[in-house]
Amino acid sequence: MRSRWSYVYFAFYLALGFVLLFLNNDINKAIITLLNIIIVLTPLIGTIFGVMYFYNSKEFTELLLAQPIKRSTIFLGQYLGISISLTLSLVLGLGIPFLMYGLFKSSAIFDFGLLLVVGSFLNFIFVALAFNVALSNVNKIKGFGYAILMWLFLAVIYDGLFLISLIVFNEYPLDKYSLFATMFNPIDLSRILILLKLDISALLGYTGAVFKKFFGTNFGLFVSLFVMVLWVIFPVWRINRKLRKKDF
Amino acid sequence: MIQINNLHKKFGKLVVLNGLDLEINSGGIFAILGPNGSGKTTLIKSILGMVIPNAGDIKINEQSVLKEWEYRNQINYLPQIANFPANLSVKELIAMVKNLRPKKANDTDLIKLFSLEPFLDKKLGNLSGGTKQKVNIVLTFMFDSELIILDEPTTGLDPIALIHLKELIQKEKSKGKTILITSHIMSFVEEVAGEIVFLLDGEIYFKGSINDLKKQTNQVDLEHAIANLITKENV
Repeated sequence: MRSRWSYVYFAFYLALGFVLLFLNNDINKAIITLLNIIIVLTPLIGTIFGVMYFYNSKEFTELLLAQPIKRSTIFLGQYLGISISLTLSLVLGLGIPFLMYGLFKSSAIFDFGLLLVVGSFLNFIFVALAFNVALSNVNKIKGFGYAILMWLFLAVIYDGLFLISLIVFNEYPLDKYSLFATMFNPIDLSRILILLKLDISALLGYTGAVFKKFFGTNFGLFVSLFVMVLWVIFPVWRINRKLRKKDF
Repeated sequence: MIQINNLHKKFGKLVVLNGLDLEINSGGIFAILGPNGSGKTTLIKSILGMVIPNAGDIKINEQSVLKEWEYRNQINYLPQIANFPANLSVKELIAMVKNLRPKKANDTDLIKLFSLEPFLDKKLGNLSGGTKQKVNIVLTFMFDSELIILDEPTTGLDPIALIHLKELIQKEKSKGKTILITSHIMSFVEEVAGEIVFLLDGEIYFKGSINDLKKQTNQVDLEHAIANLITKENV
């Protein structure tokens, strides 16, 4: 089940990469389009795959639990298996068309690399979050619902709330606040990280300048990647903690 | 060999195990009986570490097994419902389970015994209930372990397979293994079990031989003796 779908997913990215390149005829423009797709799609796919895999492999998990294997090993293995296969689909699916188009000769290689790194992080983050949701819900339908809701919240609703808060408090200096709020949403964080690398920060006005000052530097880049790592570690840690008390 | 002290387990508000104490010595066949929902499977899953008890301790060979996992190498477990990943073939499943245990397995004899050869390349999702249960039995008995736990082993088996299963159980018993069985088929229990542990409302209600039970309840056969135990409690 898992392997067949990751092929489909791989083929999808492959096709996407080719189509974008031939329509845009320019690597930089293709990367911007890709950004918008990756930012929304990878979390969604990661969430759905994570939840689906968890519930589908229930029997398998029960079989393994009666064997002399540590609990955390079983689930960590499943988590890594699904995250890595999704990441591979992403990296290969997008990498191949771009390589064929002559990525190495263009200056966009660093941006493209960052895009893939961010996409991979999003995969790992959202599969871990999905496992968390699935572990806390025995009911399949409920678990699926909550997971999708979580994705919707982080991908769409969070931005809305963020914007509203900016409008309501627009008499106060908000640059620090918005920087901080961005850190709490992996999707926003990755979006801004890449946008700024692509040098379209001028579109963002004064706050954009503050962002640019922060994310544009190497220091900002490292801090952001560090926050992304935290976004992976914390859910995985919680999976482990939940597991210790879970009955099967 | 197995020592269970003051075991408590609640699922939400439902109390399943309520301060259960049980001691099972090495060697012999022990039948764990009780009405539906009396906590038999929960008890077994607690021993296996699949259910985490709220309180109490479980010791196997003087060592607490809570939060441990290596001890499971000494346990063969036959789950109540044969739930296998549907996309694996029988052969792949057996190979995988063999891979997980650092032990020698004698799966070929067992496959022959239950005539499973024609099913080896079939997907588990396409097998009938009885055939799945046979695969389940092969997986359980192919390792040589001190403790064997069988949860409703007879479900869906045809008479020939049932005879083979009984032979297998007797063979393991003669090797000095400890075997725990739960079943609702009393004739099966009467035939194989040496000692009976009767669970009711999360506690041990009776523990002893079949003859003791019959004497205590003044019944001639086991089925009525058990029924007598259950109804007496409810009156």
